[in-house]
Amino acid sequence: MSILVNAHTRVLVQGLTGREGMFHTEQMQAYGTRVVAGCTPGKGGQSVLGVPVFNTVAEAVQQTGADASVIFVPSAVAADAICEAADAGIGLVICITEHIPVLDMVRVKARLKATGTQLVGPNCPGVISPGKCKIGIMPGYIHKQGNIGLISRSGTLTYEAVHQLTSQGLGQSTCVGIGGDPVPGLYFTDLLKMFRDDPATQAVCLIGEIGGDGEELAAAYIKESAYPKPVFGFIAGLTAPKGKRMGHAGAIISGSKGRGEDKIAALEDAGVKVIHELGLLGETVARFMRG
Amino acid sequence: MNIHEYQAKTLLAQFGVPVPRGLLAETPAEARQAALQIPGPVWVVKAQIHAGGRGKGGGVVVCKSPDEVEAAAARIIGMQLVTHQTGPQGKKVHKAWVEQGTNIARELYLAVVLDRGAQCLTVMASPDGGMDIEEVAAKTPERIFTTRLDGGHRIWPFQARALLFGCGLTPAQVNAGTALLLNLVRLAAEKDAVLVEINPLAVTAEGELMALDGKMDFDESALKRHPDIAALEDPEECDPLERKARELGVNYVRLSGYVGTMVNGAGLAMATMDAIKQAGAEPANFLDAGGGANEQMVAAGFEVMLSDPNVRGILINIFGGILRCDIVAQGVVNAARKVDLKLPLVVRLEGTNVEEGRRILRESGLNFETAASMSEAAHKIAALTAGGAA
Repeated sequence: MSILVNAHTRVLVQGLTGREGMFHTEQMQAYGTRVVAGCTPGKGGQSVLGVPVFNTVAEAVQQTGADASVIFVPSAVAADAICEAADAGIGLVICITEHIPVLDMVRVKARLKATGTQLVGPNCPGVISPGKCKIGIMPGYIHKQGNIGLISRSGTLTYEAVHQLTSQGLGQSTCVGIGGDPVPGLYFTDLLKMFRDDPATQAVCLIGEIGGDGEELAAAYIKESAYPKPVFGFIAGLTAPKGKRMGHAGAIISGSKGRGEDKIAALEDAGVKVIHELGLLGETVARFMRG
Repeated sequence: MNIHEYQAKTLLAQFGVPVPRGLLAETPAEARQAALQIPGPVWVVKAQIHAGGRGKGGGVVVCKSPDEVEAAAARIIGMQLVTHQTGPQGKKVHKAWVEQGTNIARELYLAVVLDRGAQCLTVMASPDGGMDIEEVAAKTPERIFTTRLDGGHRIWPFQARALLFGCGLTPAQVNAGTALLLNLVRLAAEKDAVLVEINPLAVTAEGELMALDGKMDFDESALKRHPDIAALEDPEECDPLERKARELGVNYVRLSGYVGTMVNGAGLAMATMDAIKQAGAEPANFLDAGGGANEQMVAAGFEVMLSDPNVRGILINIFGGILRCDIVAQGVVNAARKVDLKLPLVVRLEGTNVEEGRRILRESGLNFETAASMSEAAHKIAALTAGGAA
């Protein structure tokens, strides 16, 4: 088992005909992901990498039965692309695009409430269930099938964590990059709930960073629900100064909010095993899992 | 992106929010001219820098004559203004805003702000204007009223009335305030602002509402569709190195330490800074070379880091996922030769073709140290940069 995606997931690529879309579609295909359709308005009827391209998502869904979508379109039109996928009945939308205006995302989220669509991202590496399905831009080969669930706001930092786990012989059930934006789709708590119900997941790694209060909310949920699986945490950005945006649109300490120290304290209070040195993440999880 | 008070007030006026009459001055003579054009008998001269608390630092002066305005501007323009938000070194003042004095009966607080938790725009109001709102929130949270807006970024008049009656305004003032709040929300929504703050909003002795200060923060991801807002950016407000980095296409934030870092990806870059600190050294910067991390980007990164005189050594941490490590390594070698790098450099590579990448670094003849893990890299650079300048 896994969460969000599995070997049967039928993937639509929005922006398949663009440079990024094409490159990563090829990588996804090589990993074994079932890419069934592409969508680029005005390029319907073409075939790219053996995948049929449609003008609209609705048409793509109707013709191919796509049930998940990955978005590589430019930031100015990405919010529109998310809504198009949601309206066409796609249940899972994974948005890789970064720099989407945040008020666009507020509108998108209000609309998604009506359709019940699950959104991962934006500004994220995507979702992978090793050995089954990779939707996104992460390097597939660093992953290994197993039973650690991973949730992260970052890209390469996630790869670093995954690499350490894999090096210790610890595989992953599903790795979800939720993205570095201030208004993301699925957040830590949503995914913790999914991992709780996934029999293949035995422990969860939560990789957070400064800014926002997602980690604090996750800590509160873990504590309240007496979360039944071990959770490991890491928070990046303890040395970041106040008021400076650290690359990610969402990674900023504003006033007294979003500080790394507060997140770590909240997680530790909830019984999360917080790893303070990133280099020790794999080792620490491995030692604990081996008992 | 933050803007100056005078720019914010100009925008407020465009959106129908009442502000005092004012003019911008870059010299004392211009300030005097401004005072002659604006009716008295009282004028206020205000330093234009991106920081709050200007009054306490001597950046806001109330004047009773054009002579006094000129003298105040002479003191303010060119001064290094220190406030609780500028840090001890302060900020140099280049411009002053001269405006008509207002007879203040009371001061309120109003703001439209992106609420990350609620994932919407939220309007905040407080009867305790003129104070630091974080302080009000900490001490008397019951004196802050909030209302959340829907996904279309609109406020209903009833929401505005509830806030304004809560602040104790008279019915006539509530009517004026409702129109003002509707306009304030329209400004935020139309211009993609994540913060529009009026602190204080004055109720004048005559019973009118008037925005006496304005602070705005705009979503940088939306600037492309608002060239008018993008044009308001003041390059003087930005660290010169950060400005240079932006021109080179590198995501860079200057810190106060001495170990330069270059990393691909923002999260890993933050974690690398933290690792340096844990190893007992101080990071000089955040630098995300992006997912690509090609030779040009590495060269640009070197150029920026080496422009910081505090940098005594450099740590490069690249997780090559789809990007191949041998290509990154060659890029690092070429860029280091190009800039004739003399400082100690520790390179930590991981990912595809990592062995080949490490071989290229080893055989380059350059004085590189390599590291297999993040901890090792951080400890190596800490040791190499310990104890004074290299």
